[in-house]
Amino acid sequence: MSIRLENVSYRYLEDTPMETEALSNVSLEIKDGEFVGIIGPTGSGKSTLIQHFNGLLLPSSGKVWVDGVDLTHKDTQLRKIRQKVGMVFQYPEHQLFGETVLEDVGFGPQNGGLSQEEVVERVRRALAYVGLDFEELKDQSPFELSGGQKRRVAIAGVLAMEPSVLILDEPTAGLDPKGREEILDEIRALHKERGITVILVSHSMEDVARLVDRLIVMHQGRVALDGTPVEVFRQAETLKELGLGVPQVTELMHELKAKGLAVNTDILTVEEAEEEIVRVMGGQK
Amino acid sequence: MRFRNLTIGQHIPGDSIVHRLDPRTKILGTVLLIVLLFSVDGFVGYAMAGLAIALVIHLSELPWRYVIRGLRPLMVILLLTVGLNLFLTEGEPLFRLWFLTITKQGLVRGLMMGVRLVLLIMGTSLLTLTTSPIQLTDGIETLLSPFRRIGVPAHELAMMMTIALRFIPTLLEETEKIMKAQMARGADFQSGGLMQRAKNLIPLLVPLFVSAFRRADELAIAMEARGYRGGEGRTKFRELRFGRMDAVAMVLSVVYTVVVGVLF
Amino acid sequence: MKTEPLIRFSNVSFTYAKGPGREGWQALQDVSLEVYEHEFVAVLGRNGSGKSTLAKHVNALLTPTSGQVVVAGLDTSVPEHVWEIRQKVGMVFQNPDNQLVATTVEEDVAFGPENLGIPPAEIQRRVTEALAAVDMLPYRLHPPHRLSGGQKQRVAIAGIVSMRPKCIVLDEPTAMLDPAGRREVMRTIHRLNREEGITVLHITHHMDEVIGADRVLVMDQGRIVLEGSPREVFSQVELLRELHLDVPQVTDLGQRLRKRGVNVPPGILTVNEMVMHLCPSD
Repeated sequence: MSIRLENVSYRYLEDTPMETEALSNVSLEIKDGEFVGIIGPTGSGKSTLIQHFNGLLLPSSGKVWVDGVDLTHKDTQLRKIRQKVGMVFQYPEHQLFGETVLEDVGFGPQNGGLSQEEVVERVRRALAYVGLDFEELKDQSPFELSGGQKRRVAIAGVLAMEPSVLILDEPTAGLDPKGREEILDEIRALHKERGITVILVSHSMEDVARLVDRLIVMHQGRVALDGTPVEVFRQAETLKELGLGVPQVTELMHELKAKGLAVNTDILTVEEAEEEIVRVMGGQK
Repeated sequence: MRFRNLTIGQHIPGDSIVHRLDPRTKILGTVLLIVLLFSVDGFVGYAMAGLAIALVIHLSELPWRYVIRGLRPLMVILLLTVGLNLFLTEGEPLFRLWFLTITKQGLVRGLMMGVRLVLLIMGTSLLTLTTSPIQLTDGIETLLSPFRRIGVPAHELAMMMTIALRFIPTLLEETEKIMKAQMARGADFQSGGLMQRAKNLIPLLVPLFVSAFRRADELAIAMEARGYRGGEGRTKFRELRFGRMDAVAMVLSVVYTVVVGVLF
Repeated sequence: MKTEPLIRFSNVSFTYAKGPGREGWQALQDVSLEVYEHEFVAVLGRNGSGKSTLAKHVNALLTPTSGQVVVAGLDTSVPEHVWEIRQKVGMVFQNPDNQLVATTVEEDVAFGPENLGIPPAEIQRRVTEALAAVDMLPYRLHPPHRLSGGQKQRVAIAGIVSMRPKCIVLDEPTAMLDPAGRREVMRTIHRLNREEGITVLHITHHMDEVIGADRVLVMDQGRIVLEGSPREVFSQVELLRELHLDVPQVTDLGQRLRKRGVNVPPGILTVNEMVMHLCPSD
């Protein structure tokens, strides 16, 4: 299932003296099964962009197609689209409302018109996916869970719709290193095992370098860079001008090369850096 | 997006004589206006009150359309008031519409009620247009503080008002976020009858309330950490000071109200 | 002769009482530490390590179940001392929004001094100074909701600075900020420490934020398990991993390279250091 944007612009407060253009003429296509990262400084339009993927926002001009369906067409049932394109917002635990975990996680599939048995099944699977036990938690109030559990329940609430596309806006926000690692591992597994298209909005260069196949860099409402992580992080100068960085090891390799060391600078992870430096420096001293 | 345009209190900053008056003067002036409006009888009386309002609008250097705009949200109440008086007052019938009768007395009363309401709204609009929310809370707090000895919690009321004003925009933003998050899970806030729509609001209201309580808790701790322990011993960053203009304005307002109220 | 520490914890333990939906649990176990004036001390630890609980003991938001906390010579468990302690030790919290109480920036920065009963003319002066110190003077009439996260936190810091404290405790102040906001806040607190001499106690789980500290305390399960300079602490990569803390990529890399026989010292903190060690300048 693909998502396609054609010349999409989005303007806030149109026709008022305070009109601002949050997206300017964006065209892109996200293909089925891709793992895409979206990065950019605050205010670059990332949030506005992803809200066009599930029709929470409709373009001021331009068109959006999801799975071949034109979202701007008046007959399009946006609620159906949202079952297929799931979105996890920042701090998703702030949306919890159900009296029980079952009720909350089941909200999505329920709105999708599934039977009660199917809803229960979906909830069971979704909770298992985030490492929580259905039997133990189904009748508990979501408000009595720990912080980490609350976030997992909230994410399960989106997974329960079993969407083909999963959009996550900074899913690790506010988590400590262990929490971050766990969530990112689960997301990677989701992509690998289920073949879901994953779109990850993040502020961490290191995280996206490790995980995504494709990186889109937003700047002032436009797509500034679009390519594989290696391709994008080669453009260290451009990224700096945009107010962004590169993974620390990538920066290190660039500095080493500048000092005359003949290293490959297409390095994105610590492991790659280790191998490359050992290769160049020999292991002895 | 529809929330972004909301200007709390509709305060329009400016440098006119009215803007620079002490907020207490303006609050008391508004109170006097209300007293006046309820003690006059007959159109001449209302006209006199209207004259005073027109003078203040002129002195405030505000475009008339801003003051008129304050009437729009209350249009329904206005029409209801006028209508009820028009059709339900006993007396000499003038017209007959269907099964409703408009009497002469009804016409007079309806119009008078309408005029009174319009003047009332315009007068209070003037208060909020020329006085910032901070000034209003400071003014109310200072006016009420002499009554602390008899148990009026002046400082606490002012603190509550300030915090409410501070958080309204933040809570509105949060409402929007929660709405979108639930819509992303298929929530429908638009269709359905009254009962259904009320039920559909639960996924919006519960998180909002939970969040509001959490905010209140964290804010209270932060305030305590900054040495807050109620109104005792507190000083104020901004002190209100009566000026010559305030004295003049107060005297004129009192005299005018008494004279017009008695004569008309 | 050694000077008296500004803050001293003596065998402090703290247990959270059992509550609705929550078991009682011991958050601090026999913690002893000292913080001296003008120091920049960082406290590292994962969620649940007790670091936040520790922070709240410094300004008497919590008092020990056993042991003693003395701040500027005042025992925190004495109710009469609390007010004075809170003037000497200010605290900045995680959520930028839920600390700002007034409708404009300058009103909020004035809140602390107002509580202290400072005369209005003096408050005016302090508000201006504090806003200048955090570089937010142009925003003095702004309402809080129109500020970015980093800006809000700087205003919160100004609100403490205006009380002229000896020490500022920051409890994960950057947890909810974007990278730009984090940089703003870290720059601000380092400057306040360097130029105004304000003691800083910085609680965080971000390793890169402790690099500039004078001293680092690492907590786990209510105890201090590691203490030293940033370099000393960062050398213990394995231990930090076990404690579920992250090290910066260069530090991790440094340790791996050492294992592979490349000669770099332990505890490398920055890219520059690594470059210097791998390519010594001729």
